Amino acid sequence: MDLNKRYTPQTWPDHPETATLEGKNKFVGFWLLLAAETVTFASLFATYLALKDKGPSGMEFTAAGLFELPLVFAMTMILLTSSLTSVYAIYHMKNHNFKAMQAWLGITVLLGLTFLGLEIYEFNHYVHLGFGFTNSAFSSAFYVLVGTHGAHVVFGLSWFIALMLRNAKRGLNMYNAPKFYLAALYWHFIDVVWVFIFTVVYLMGVIG
Amino acid sequence: MMKGPKKWRLFALMTALLVVLSGCGREEISTLIPAGKVAQDQFNLLILSSVVMLFVIIVVSIIYVLAIVKFRRSKVGEDMIPEQVEGSARLEFIWTAIPIVLLLILAVPTVYSTFDLADVTAMDAQTEEGIAESLTVNVTGKLYWWEFEYPEQGIITAQELVVPTGERVYFNLISADIKHSFWIPSIGGKLDVNPENVNTFYLEFDRESAELDNGVFYGKCAELCGPSHALMDFKVKSLNREDFDQWVAGMQEEQEAPTEAVAQEGQALFEQSCIACHATSGVGATPGVGPNLATFGDRNTVAGFMEHNEENLKNWIADPQQYKPGNLMPNAASLNNGEPFSDQELDALAAYLMGLKVEE
Amino acid sequence: MSSNAQKTGFGATIWDYITTVDHKKIAILYLISGGFFFLVGGVEAMLIRIQLMKAGNDFLSAGTYNEVLTMHGTTMIFLAAMPILFAFMNSIAPLQIGARDVAFPFLNSLGFWLFFFGGVFLNLSWFLGGAPDAGWTNYASLALASEGHGIDFYSLGLTISGFGSLIAGINFLVTIINMRAPGMTYMRMPLFTWTTFVASALILLAFPPLTVGIFFMIFDRLFGANFFDVTMGGNTIIWEHFFWIFGHPEVYILILPAFGIFSEIFAIFSRKRLFGYTALVFATILIGFYGFMVWAHHMFTTGLGPTANAVFALATMIIAVPTGIKIFNWLLTIWGGSISFTVPMIYAVAFIPSFTAGGVTGVMQAIAPLDYQLHDSYFIVAHFHYVIVGGVVLAILAGTHLYWPKMFGTMLSEKLGKWTFWFFFIGFHLTFFIQHFLGLMGMPRRVYTFGADQGWDLFNAISTVGAFFMAVGVIILLVNVVMTTIKNERVGNDPWGDGRTLEWAIPSPPPFYNFAQTPLVRGLDPYWIEKMEGNKEGMIYAEPLGDIHMPNNSFIPFVMSLGMFVASFGALYHLDGDKAWALPVLIIGLGITFGSMLVRSWKDDLGFIVTKEELIADQERIQREAQAREGGKNGGLK
Repeated sequence: MDLNKRYTPQTWPDHPETATLEGKNKFVGFWLLLAAETVTFASLFATYLALKDKGPSGMEFTAAGLFELPLVFAMTMILLTSSLTSVYAIYHMKNHNFKAMQAWLGITVLLGLTFLGLEIYEFNHYVHLGFGFTNSAFSSAFYVLVGTHGAHVVFGLSWFIALMLRNAKRGLNMYNAPKFYLAALYWHFIDVVWVFIFTVVYLMGVIG
Repeated sequence: MMKGPKKWRLFALMTALLVVLSGCGREEISTLIPAGKVAQDQFNLLILSSVVMLFVIIVVSIIYVLAIVKFRRSKVGEDMIPEQVEGSARLEFIWTAIPIVLLLILAVPTVYSTFDLADVTAMDAQTEEGIAESLTVNVTGKLYWWEFEYPEQGIITAQELVVPTGERVYFNLISADIKHSFWIPSIGGKLDVNPENVNTFYLEFDRESAELDNGVFYGKCAELCGPSHALMDFKVKSLNREDFDQWVAGMQEEQEAPTEAVAQEGQALFEQSCIACHATSGVGATPGVGPNLATFGDRNTVAGFMEHNEENLKNWIADPQQYKPGNLMPNAASLNNGEPFSDQELDALAAYLMGLKVEE
Repeated sequence: MSSNAQKTGFGATIWDYITTVDHKKIAILYLISGGFFFLVGGVEAMLIRIQLMKAGNDFLSAGTYNEVLTMHGTTMIFLAAMPILFAFMNSIAPLQIGARDVAFPFLNSLGFWLFFFGGVFLNLSWFLGGAPDAGWTNYASLALASEGHGIDFYSLGLTISGFGSLIAGINFLVTIINMRAPGMTYMRMPLFTWTTFVASALILLAFPPLTVGIFFMIFDRLFGANFFDVTMGGNTIIWEHFFWIFGHPEVYILILPAFGIFSEIFAIFSRKRLFGYTALVFATILIGFYGFMVWAHHMFTTGLGPTANAVFALATMIIAVPTGIKIFNWLLTIWGGSISFTVPMIYAVAFIPSFTAGGVTGVMQAIAPLDYQLHDSYFIVAHFHYVIVGGVVLAILAGTHLYWPKMFGTMLSEKLGKWTFWFFFIGFHLTFFIQHFLGLMGMPRRVYTFGADQGWDLFNAISTVGAFFMAVGVIILLVNVVMTTIKNERVGNDPWGDGRTLEWAIPSPPPFYNFAQTPLVRGLDPYWIEKMEGNKEGMIYAEPLGDIHMPNNSFIPFVMSLGMFVASFGALYHLDGDKAWALPVLIIGLGITFGSMLVRSWKDDLGFIVTKEELIADQERIQREAQAREGGKNGGLK
């Protein structure tokens, strides 16, 4: 592959992410990885539901008593918005508008960092209430499910940042276009998982 | 001197005979010699499925043998290029349909029996006076022994399950520590003994264990539970209803104090060192840390698997870890002010324990 | 031209293999390390049989026996059977579809090194305080109570190697989806490629639940979580579910490629197209599909209730139908053929009755009420050894003989191969047939000893004798490998003479770029089609000779896996009070892994170009070598 080939928006293909065999392979492979990730989260959700509110006798915390929706709702909105901004980024990637793509990715990363900060605040708040990781089966299941999602957010953000820095000077080419595309795809996946977490853990938790 | 081949033939014959004779195993433990309704049902399923499967094997074998005999390259010629057949829809249909029919033959009794063997609705049935109609035993699996509680009768025993013949006996199974599995092969299939929930099923004992060579059915733990999983055996005495009631009555009475001097000495020592974990009365007891020893003198084994004699008992008390690695019984020194039991003390304990009986 | 074969020193060869991304070399790495672990697992099996030789034997202590049985199962499944099958998948499947490499050569290497370091980590437990001792199923209540670090070695080791398997699975899937040569439609793919495809899909969906379960185990044991701690509200049945949601597809992950190998063998050595190819393909897909719906048949005695048991019993029985379809199609493949009894074919022929026997006992165990008796007894031990040894191991041995020339360019001795076969086959039936009866006679599995009063002495003794036969067979195979390697008689493209698929149309071993020109596929068994039409080259081409793009070697996969290996020691020991170094080691290890990931994404890796001139030169070299060989004597069988 020739990295020095210069593209203009006119010569840039409609689907740069799948225009090369390498890109095509990455595209299919990444979707398969997401299938595996889906099974992973399904397993975590199943465990969480099985262990919800389970703990030693006299356990203090239950989902209904612990979770508060306003903060989590704000987090949800922030993450959903970040998914939207990453869509804009990829839109500009497909139009070979590197600067706009970087800008939208930057906004996405900022939103993601905000989400992450709020999540850390939330966990910290629970721990200060006395709801620690080792308290009960419920607490373990909660922290592992939501924490695994959080780890994905961290990974996704690192990925975006690495891509933005690495390619800041050289712009888009057929080699890195699939990478941007897949990072955004990963970000959508994280977002979808969060929607399920919001529903299953928080909404259903508060409702009881 | 016999000639080589003849001798060999005799030997082969003897071996074959031995294999056939031992092919069913011992009546105390073999699933092939069922001694209860549940095991009998399961045995019937075994025979039914074996027959069906044998049919499959025979069909496959015939085609198989014919094929590898008829179509050897040495027979059909080195240069023969066979016709490249694509397949046959009719044949595909046949060998899809016939197995489905065979499976249906197996499926019907499977479903019926699955529900039948899990049917414990009659468990809580009571007579008009409020007495339970059938016997329920609460089984607790512990590292590496079994506790049997008879809630209606208010008695507890360990290691040897005593049950009446000719009626359904219901079991509630739970584990106090690690997952175990409760299995009496000649009476019926196993059910897991989980730490988190009570599993319930029933068994029927159609044969009095006194008729057996060794006088008891053998029970097993069938789920790996630690180093001494292999030794987590228990025994089952099945008595006719009259004898069973008598046994229950015996259990409900207080143990008589020993009369012999040596046994009395043993009792004193027992009450000083052992009583914290081991109860010696079957009645009014709560589930114990160690096995209830009320029936120790009646038992068939020491620690569930060793021959029942004073020698083994003394060895066991002196050093339980040597015989059942990983069991939870403390070593002798920690019970006896830091000293191992002396021979004299062991004799006394053995004499006392062997005297603990409820059967005549 | 980093990948071009050059005569170099030992150190350079090692370096080449450590950094290689060539699917054929990675296959050899898989074969060697899988073979090594197979021997380790075999020694463990022999220890088990020696211990059970007679009643009350004290060859192994109770605790050691549990470690040996756990490591035997874990090693054989995760570190021997799967990697050896991966070796064949890696080596053969890309050739069968006419690809120059797999879709992700870098990940291919990463997958191997993760598996390798995971396996080494797991086995180091023997030297670092004791192996895991809760069975390969590692049921939670026992695993949580197990002392020492054995279980932690199991959890962390399997996590690492599990990532390796997942990566390999994705890689095969994408390779088969995207890299098929022109004309190689799905319904023209050789059955081995098909089974690789379906097995990879199973890996993709089955390994995550295992990883999740194992993570819970790690969190519980090393980080104070309570997933399985009943007193804290945990539930050990969750582990059983996750383990078997993985565990049942896992046995199909093993057996499907085995089916694939046998399908190739039946066709080749009967000189006949697979009978009912379409039915075989759909049966493979169906088996893979049903494989996910039957896991609870491993839990009939857990107490899930009669409804669950009945449903899972029926679902399990259904699997017998596609499996039966396969057996009959194979029989009809050899029917009317011209059967040549080479060593691979003997294994294939022996596989049919052995596997049928294992299959029918599987149906018997699907009958839930009957399974209450059979479960966790020696009957089940006999059953799964009949399907795994009688299916998978026979396929591995057959595949080793079949593909050895394609992987190494020289043929294993047919004579010694037949000796191996007879010892192994007789030993196998002697060992395991009788265990069905031991189970029916009430012998539970995983017992380290049994009393003389149980009536199991004779059958156990016979079983042990059989195990020694199998050991002798394996030793002869080793001798065979050594002798063959020393003799090193080179063979041509199609050493068996009756090859049908694309891998037999190219040199043995193939050049690093596999196909100088991508082939054009005109039907099922493309090489056979060309041969029958008198095409001397064995292929027609989809493209003119031109430059080829190939991937660069890389050291990063090795380092990345090493980082995981290092981190695992930190995780394992961080709770021990006296090991302050553990937490830094955990961090450093993870740092190495993530650092190498960053390096990987930072450094552009665009591969290199093999020019047309270089290709022509290399093709001429291959021609010269072939002519020299023909001049000396005929390569291959005839």
